[in-house]
Amino acid sequence: MRYVVWLLVVALIILHQDLWYWDDRTLVGGFMPITLLWQAGISVGAALVWFLATIFAWPSDLIEETQQEAEGGE
Amino acid sequence: MVPLIVICVYLVLLLALGIFASTLFRGSSQDYMLASHSIGPFLLLMSLFGTTMTAFALVGSTGEAYAEGVGVYGLLASSSGIIHSLCFFVLGIKLWSLGKKYGYTTQIQFFRDRLQSDKIGILLFPILVGLVIPYLLIGVMASGTVVSAVSEGAFSNMFAEYDYGVPNWLGSLVISIVVLIYVFFGGMRGTAWANAFQTIVFMILGIITFWVISDTLGGVKAASEAVEKRNPSKLMRSVAESDEQKYEKAFATWQSLAEYNYANRKADGKLLTPEQKEQAVADYKGPPIGNWKARAEANVAVANNLIDLTTAEKNDAYIEQDDRIMPATKPEWWDKEVMTGHELNHYQRNEDAVLQAYTDPIYSKNLGHPNELINPDKPELGTKWTRKRTAGVYRATKWSPEEPRAMSMLVFITYMFIPLSVGMFPHLFQHWLTAKSAQSFKLPVVAHPIFIAIVWIPCVLVGVWATSAVVPGTERALIPPHFNPNAVLPFMVANMSGPFLSGLLTAGVLAAIMSSLDSQFLCIGTMFTEDIVVHYGGKKRFTDKQVLIIARCFIIAIVAVTYILSLYEPRRVFTLGVWTFSGFSSLFPLVFAALYWKRLTKAGAYACVITAISLWCLFFYMSDMALNPHFTVFGMMPVATMVPAAAIAMIVVSLMTQPPSDEHLTRFFPKKGL
Repeated sequence: MRYVVWLLVVALIILHQDLWYWDDRTLVGGFMPITLLWQAGISVGAALVWFLATIFAWPSDLIEETQQEAEGGE
Repeated sequence: MVPLIVICVYLVLLLALGIFASTLFRGSSQDYMLASHSIGPFLLLMSLFGTTMTAFALVGSTGEAYAEGVGVYGLLASSSGIIHSLCFFVLGIKLWSLGKKYGYTTQIQFFRDRLQSDKIGILLFPILVGLVIPYLLIGVMASGTVVSAVSEGAFSNMFAEYDYGVPNWLGSLVISIVVLIYVFFGGMRGTAWANAFQTIVFMILGIITFWVISDTLGGVKAASEAVEKRNPSKLMRSVAESDEQKYEKAFATWQSLAEYNYANRKADGKLLTPEQKEQAVADYKGPPIGNWKARAEANVAVANNLIDLTTAEKNDAYIEQDDRIMPATKPEWWDKEVMTGHELNHYQRNEDAVLQAYTDPIYSKNLGHPNELINPDKPELGTKWTRKRTAGVYRATKWSPEEPRAMSMLVFITYMFIPLSVGMFPHLFQHWLTAKSAQSFKLPVVAHPIFIAIVWIPCVLVGVWATSAVVPGTERALIPPHFNPNAVLPFMVANMSGPFLSGLLTAGVLAAIMSSLDSQFLCIGTMFTEDIVVHYGGKKRFTDKQVLIIARCFIIAIVAVTYILSLYEPRRVFTLGVWTFSGFSSLFPLVFAALYWKRLTKAGAYACVITAISLWCLFFYMSDMALNPHFTVFGMMPVATMVPAAAIAMIVVSLMTQPPSDEHLTRFFPKKGL
């Protein structure tokens, strides 16, 4: 799952380029430029991916070790 | 005066918060610099977000969207949402863990230890401080500009040269002192509390601004439809055909004006007869603003075919009319082809030429106190013009129309390197170390992209809407051409809200500025104390109390130096901001390799830093010292060359030199690592 999370990060970076909306000025809902809406979606997507990262790619070993050493030192 | 009072009340509140935070101060240097590693998730989120969102977040985002269109969000904001959190996750947690284990307070302490090199500190210290200072200058100068803009007309007799408002130097001084006081007494804890408070303030006020402005523009639909009608290119990243045609037409009209002025000068002002001049004025249908008489006369001269200039003279005329610097050696085509608007834009403009507006009666006749009427007998003429407005009329009526610009795909893609700078910001490193536990990082990592969206989307929309807002009841653009993009948000706020709300919103902008300044001040003080004074003076030489005093004194010295530099007003400081970020980004390979690549050697690290900074200096020089805001390298952002070059130099030299010992590496790469 950790690798899936990192693949999602790469996907976000690729999707962020949205070259396909380069000269599209459609107003979604009559007010929101389509490229801005897409990029807003990227921001929400980023939050979701980072949420998954905190669950599946969280460096628990490192943190545990730091915690133990800190407690041992105190 | 009302906005000024609101700002003063806000500053007093902020000081009270700083003093309250100082009551929690434990008296040790560790508490002063790192809040004793006690910052929880919410405060960490707020302080990290407040620190990374500078004046750019509110003023800059609106201004850039006004100039470049909606593509700015993808260019600067959504990419930051991905990359900033990536840096918090990949670098922040690991650096926090090492900092907690080995007691680091600064980046340089980490690099010295990891690379087993004392001298890396001597190399990095001036580079890091040198890159932070322009960043500090942006905040100090922007605060003065904002306070000055919002207080126009507040005084009846004083500060005429500042449009009877608070002078920039005084605004910058007051803001610097306020930040200094709460950093001085509250240290990192005070800074974190103040950042959290100010981040909440600028986020809430940003949303209120959006609501008020969209409401005044007739709602979100009406505002966006106006852009679709008048400036469709602002809704995408390429140039709409209608905008291209509009520009060509406006440029042709302006060419006639430039040619007429040149030919009329040649004819000692007698190109038209007095009768023709009278007729020109009578027939003119445009607004009687600025150089309108010359425009009227140009129409008659063109209609009667009175302008007879050679091609070279026409090109001279365009350069002069547009206040550009005449080339010492003219190109071969000068007397064969008439230059296009695009070619004209390649010649550097003499920005000081605008000072003529204050003395030339064509532009300065209405100059005065903005609360006084131009003509008390004719109140419909409105109030007198400020110096800013006078200069604005000069630029809008004298200079050539603004050429619509498409965003470059390569620049857009390579802009993604810029947010990597957070990985090497010394003040962020210090914030990471304040975390109470690794759990504190979860909320900032997840919420940061959403927070960016909450602040940036309304600002980008307001900036885009500003391009097409009109003076009520007319078809005349509310914001004239050549308007300073950084003044767009204050202008919209001042025009579309009452004085009380205007003061509140300005307080929000100042909050964004101060929430970055405080961390930077504190960080520079900490770096000097830890990396220079204590490192070279020896730990036993100073008591904890002395260390604290030294840190505070250095912070005062840095604030003083930054303030003095701000008085010289290097006008390109906003462009310098991007260069600052690029410099930090180019050092990203170093911090990444230090944490994840065992084979990194001391020599490799030196190669990385030297390559990064040499390329930075070279490109900075090639961009005419940041004078050219559209400077690219191979069509890309300069940083896109700097980062890979620094990484390659680091890898090659590391592989050619002896690796660090296993014993040393075990300290940084435990067996069960990330």
